[in-house]
Amino acid sequence: MSRLRELAGQLAARKVSAVELTREALARIEQHDAELNALITVCADRALAQAAAADQALAAGASPLAGIPLIHKDIFCTNGVRTSCGSRMLDNFVPPYDATAVEHLDAAGMITLGKANMDEFAMGSSNETSFYGPVRNPWNTDCVPGGSSGGSAAAVAAGLAPAATGTDTGGSIRQPAALCGITGFKPTYGRVSRWGMIAFASSLDQAGCFARSAEDCALLLQAMAGFDERDSTAVDQPVPDYAGALTGDIAGLKIGVPSEYFAEGLDVGTRAAVEAGIKELEAQGAAIVEISLPHTDQAVPTYYVVAPAEASSNLSRFDGVRYGYRCDNPSDLEDLYLRSRGEGFGREVQRRIMVGTYALSAGYYDAYYLKAQKVRRLIADDFRRAFEQVDVIASPTTQGPAFRLGEKLDDPVTMYLNDIYTIPANLAGLPGISVPCGLVNDLPVGMQLLAPWFEEGRLLNAAHAYQQATDWHTRRPAGYE
Amino acid sequence: MSLKPEQVRKVAFLARLRLDEDRVPEYASELSGILGLVDQLEQADTDGVEPMAHPLDLTARLRPDTVTEADQRDAFQAIAPATEAGLYLVPRVIE
Repeated sequence: MSRLRELAGQLAARKVSAVELTREALARIEQHDAELNALITVCADRALAQAAAADQALAAGASPLAGIPLIHKDIFCTNGVRTSCGSRMLDNFVPPYDATAVEHLDAAGMITLGKANMDEFAMGSSNETSFYGPVRNPWNTDCVPGGSSGGSAAAVAAGLAPAATGTDTGGSIRQPAALCGITGFKPTYGRVSRWGMIAFASSLDQAGCFARSAEDCALLLQAMAGFDERDSTAVDQPVPDYAGALTGDIAGLKIGVPSEYFAEGLDVGTRAAVEAGIKELEAQGAAIVEISLPHTDQAVPTYYVVAPAEASSNLSRFDGVRYGYRCDNPSDLEDLYLRSRGEGFGREVQRRIMVGTYALSAGYYDAYYLKAQKVRRLIADDFRRAFEQVDVIASPTTQGPAFRLGEKLDDPVTMYLNDIYTIPANLAGLPGISVPCGLVNDLPVGMQLLAPWFEEGRLLNAAHAYQQATDWHTRRPAGYE
Repeated sequence: MSLKPEQVRKVAFLARLRLDEDRVPEYASELSGILGLVDQLEQADTDGVEPMAHPLDLTARLRPDTVTEADQRDAFQAIAPATEAGLYLVPRVIE
């Protein structure tokens, strides 16, 4: 049975109270987080008050998530709780409102334990760009947890919480989920409101979740999804019954395997684990079809124009005037802008702002930004054609397991190539999930499944069927059982 | 495309980022590396391809032109670095 359903059953049967669950989770955070650094802020008093209220509501019968604790990535605004986005720029920022996704999960009765560490402004693939220091991977604390939602992934993997929220702009949910051995799910672009989610690249950003299984992710999406007038890109489509889609039956499902995702650069052990995962899907009656996504190589270059361009525009709001970091003793307005931004942003964020500014500047716009938008369509069209032929696409989530802290930090391009298998789905806006499918050198690796736009039910069911037949998603890192 | 230090200084100024002068050469080399990666885009044949601005090809939704925001000035200004009489304070602009 899924972890969230198990907890919900215990809560309903009064075997445990929300306050007890919350105390237990807070104690675990206290015990382990000095080592992992997965949380930036713990809100113990607020969580216990929420839990007490949830216990009251439970008496009246409530949502299946009521009374269950979770952790929010520190990119989601939380009313009255500091929301740093992993940056010195927002180290003192206490939002006066909640993000819609937070509001929805609050309304479902979930308890916010705290805010998860992350790469600064979600820019990174290793959680090493955080102003609050790197997060460590619970499977091997010399290794990175992946990023940018590294704190969320490490927290769920270490059992600090049964679930966490994340955001995925180029793989920031799926990649850390793979490297931490848990399930990470990015819905279709526009499925969950971006309102109150600090913007990085607005045409790519999508909220999602981490949990121990696809079934748990289905329950979380049910609460998170939905139209929101306050987000101009939220899509006005009814929210189907995701848990109801989990029949576990994938007989006849056509699964495409793109040859470009198994080319040079893929680690041998990771390839073997993913191939075994695909065999398992076949054993359950799925038909495996070899497909081609010919513009895959262009995805990372496209992303590193589109995302920085949008970021340079989005991050221009941080000016030291209305909220966030302000430099000491500015001599004039220009000095106020220059130094507040120069001192408030870390190096990776500055690099990306500069790349974006350059790509959008006079004389370069056509060669970079417009060109990237055209290639973006070619990449999306690859998927459109593939999904005329297959129902789901299966691939590795990453080229290999977690790498060591510091290993790639000084070389942005090597770091960027980490997301080669996850970025295409963001450019196309597709839903994707990473499920644990094996261990390589005692470190977890993930299999990525992608589905057509708004086919989250089909996607979650394929992942669920896989998890019904395998137990990789139940493995825990030593010391965190 | 490789960037020279003076180009880095110019882009940093356009983005209103004060860089440490001794870091400029590092930034120049890192940004050149990133632009080298991005230059692979030239290999893609995009003749006649329509640029894609939105992953679902949707256009911005219109809403009725009505007041939806309540006045929250006090809440917003409570987190501002400097305010006075309901206004945000910045260094003097006009002498």
